[in-house]
Amino acid sequence: MTNLLILIPVALFLGLLGLGAFLWSLKSGQYDDLEGAAWRMLDDGEDKPAEDRDHGVPRD
Amino acid sequence: MSCCAAGTESAPELDALRSALPVADELALASRSIGDGLRQCDLIVPDVHCGACIALLERELPKIDGIERARVNLSTRRIAVVAKGEGAAAGKTVARAVERMQALGYASHLPGPEDEKGDPVLRDLLRSLAVAGFASMNVMLLSVSVWSGAEDATRDLFHLISALIAGPAILYAGRVFYRSAWQAVSHGRANMDVPITLGVLLAYAISMFETFSHGAHAYFDASLTLLFFLLAGRTLDHMMREKARSAVRNLANLSPRGAMVIGENGAHDYLSLDEIEPGMKIGLAAGERTPVDGVVCEGAGDMDFSLVSGESDPVRVATGSEVPAGTLNLTGSLVIRASRAARDSFLAEMVSMMEAAESGRAGYRRIADRASSIYAPVVHALAFLTFIGWIATTGDWRQATLIAVSVLIITCPCALGLAVPVVQVIAAGRLFENGIMVKDGSAMERLAEADYAVFDKTGTLTSGKPALVNRDEISSDNLALAARIARHSRHPLSKALAASSDGAGNKGPELSVTEIAGEGLEALAEDGTVYRLGRASFAVARDAETDDAGSEVVLSENGIELATFRFADSVRPGAAAALSALGERNIFSEVLSGDRERAVAHLAAQLGLSRWLSRARPADKVARLETLRSEGHKVLMVGDGLNDAPALSAAHVSMAPASAADVGRQAADFVFLHDSLEAVPVALSISRRANRLIRQNFALAIVYNLIAVPLAVLGHASPLVAAVAMSSSSIIVVLNSMRLKWGHADTKLTSPGSEGGKRSGIAPDFATRHAAA
Repeated sequence: MTNLLILIPVALFLGLLGLGAFLWSLKSGQYDDLEGAAWRMLDDGEDKPAEDRDHGVPRD
Repeated sequence: MSCCAAGTESAPELDALRSALPVADELALASRSIGDGLRQCDLIVPDVHCGACIALLERELPKIDGIERARVNLSTRRIAVVAKGEGAAAGKTVARAVERMQALGYASHLPGPEDEKGDPVLRDLLRSLAVAGFASMNVMLLSVSVWSGAEDATRDLFHLISALIAGPAILYAGRVFYRSAWQAVSHGRANMDVPITLGVLLAYAISMFETFSHGAHAYFDASLTLLFFLLAGRTLDHMMREKARSAVRNLANLSPRGAMVIGENGAHDYLSLDEIEPGMKIGLAAGERTPVDGVVCEGAGDMDFSLVSGESDPVRVATGSEVPAGTLNLTGSLVIRASRAARDSFLAEMVSMMEAAESGRAGYRRIADRASSIYAPVVHALAFLTFIGWIATTGDWRQATLIAVSVLIITCPCALGLAVPVVQVIAAGRLFENGIMVKDGSAMERLAEADYAVFDKTGTLTSGKPALVNRDEISSDNLALAARIARHSRHPLSKALAASSDGAGNKGPELSVTEIAGEGLEALAEDGTVYRLGRASFAVARDAETDDAGSEVVLSENGIELATFRFADSVRPGAAAALSALGERNIFSEVLSGDRERAVAHLAAQLGLSRWLSRARPADKVARLETLRSEGHKVLMVGDGLNDAPALSAAHVSMAPASAADVGRQAADFVFLHDSLEAVPVALSISRRANRLIRQNFALAIVYNLIAVPLAVLGHASPLVAAVAMSSSSIIVVLNSMRLKWGHADTKLTSPGSEGGKRSGIAPDFATRHAAA
């Protein structure tokens, strides 16, 4: 019984983690351009997501 | 008319208007502020197709002064350009980006005003799917432990945890179904969502009761997997429709978003369509479409009326001519005076006519809805009878309820819910491979029923582009000379002439060519010879205004006729093959055209069609379709013009080529991107095969029910049996649907465009693009 009390919460926690990760990726627009993402991976240049890159670029 | 003095054709205000790209003011109007003094403008770039394009555009555009960043979305073929500044200044910056893209080989245009960003419905479905997936996996995990023999206290604990997970998940993930079921029931109808909702909610309720009374059977896993499978079907269905819609929306927008209005003091203001009032003067450059109905008050030229009237020959307009909204200015710059506001113009008239005619398909009920209107009452009656039967024989109401609910769960139309969307998604994929976009699943069901086809002539059976017909009568020298001169004009006859010469005549004396709008071209050679190419009255000062005047071009040397070129609209590739393929399937075809009688009769004879109607106004076309319907025909309408739009909505099912007017494309159920008309029989074959598979899937679902229902009625449907039966039936249905992926000869275009115009406007040649990269 004790191992159940540990294992069930662990299983549920991991499941929730996966669900949360999916919902987060959906919200942050990672499914908006699936074809583009497949090509961007091959680009050797700047490979940060768009938002991060914006913060990196100094505004003049 | 005091403000519209005639004869000022070369006024500077006209020269300022020569541009085919979106102008700065139009871009400023379409952009939106995103804070920090930045404005974002979304543009459609149909030619973006790989990583190199993305890298090139995202690297090159920010180099332009004032462009903050650019981000390409390859799936939707869009680019979001962010520029600094406000209003007109930002518009100018974006315009520079548009010019830069043009220079790099990427044409771009603005999305239509109705085009919103993002797809909230899809996100909602995906979120529901994720929640249902998470919950069903975890509950299934616990259920498997119960089935493999968890004991009393443990089993109760597992049931309790399942109930805690399933409760919120069922409420959240099933919203789509509950809402739709409630709408159906409150209107006194039954759709597939009614038995789903009842099954899921009752299963949850009875399982809760079982959990708290320490019972052995709980159906949490069954109701969750059911929701998961059904949501998967819904999501696929939605994605299919969205893909087709965005592909259609990405085609060039043929109706302008606004127009250049010339004020009293000569100031130019770009106003949106809604702001244009009758009486305003509008500048119209060559290559632009008329935004609102108007009257020409300055300038002269040729205009393409084909989208409006169905007539293929360009019409010559001069001061005082009426020009309806949607006509294309081909040669000279014009100033027109708006005679009606956009909301009252010809276009709006067509839209209201379409709405009136919409009843054409409103009476159609989806196969799934028809099936469920029989299925749902049967299932509910069966569950009720089971309940009565068990009460009568055992008197144990608790067991009777449990068994009745298990009947509801096991008959819950899981396979039925997948039977239609899976087939239609695969069918839409096959259509997509052939360059055919389908708006929704019901369109395929309706196309499969079609037994009569009505075609428009100009732009549908014909390619809408003139071709030289009397080539044999003309000496090759004259042809080469004419082609050299014709290259300087965008008039369709000139373009056809330029294309008909094989480029052999590039040699010869230097010519300086000027275009005289509405008349023709004049070329001056170094030795003083004057060549003229254009209408007969212009070239040789002969007055020959016959019926054919619009499709005849004369070449003259110093006023003496050298050659007369005659043009006719060429038949669209694959038209004959398409018509004979339809004939083989006992589908009768006829032509319904707004063009002249002779032209229609000639084409009908050429294609072997016995029935045709010429000079049909939009209302006549709708009336003809009504007649056919009252005769009991299910009519497929294929057309492209604005004048066809009401008929496209009145028909049982409709198709339009990608070159069609915006309104036509929106009204049509199918839009085909390839040039060949063979898209019509191909779409028909795929739709018919899809319909056959849907019926097979229904048959499979019924066979499944014939086996499972007796078990459930007799009380043998334990949660384990329910889980196995439901999953296996779903998998069988999906596998059967996959058979549509097998290549059948009649579901492929035989020659998917050997010529350059393979996918009109969507995929131009690689070379120019990568040379730029």
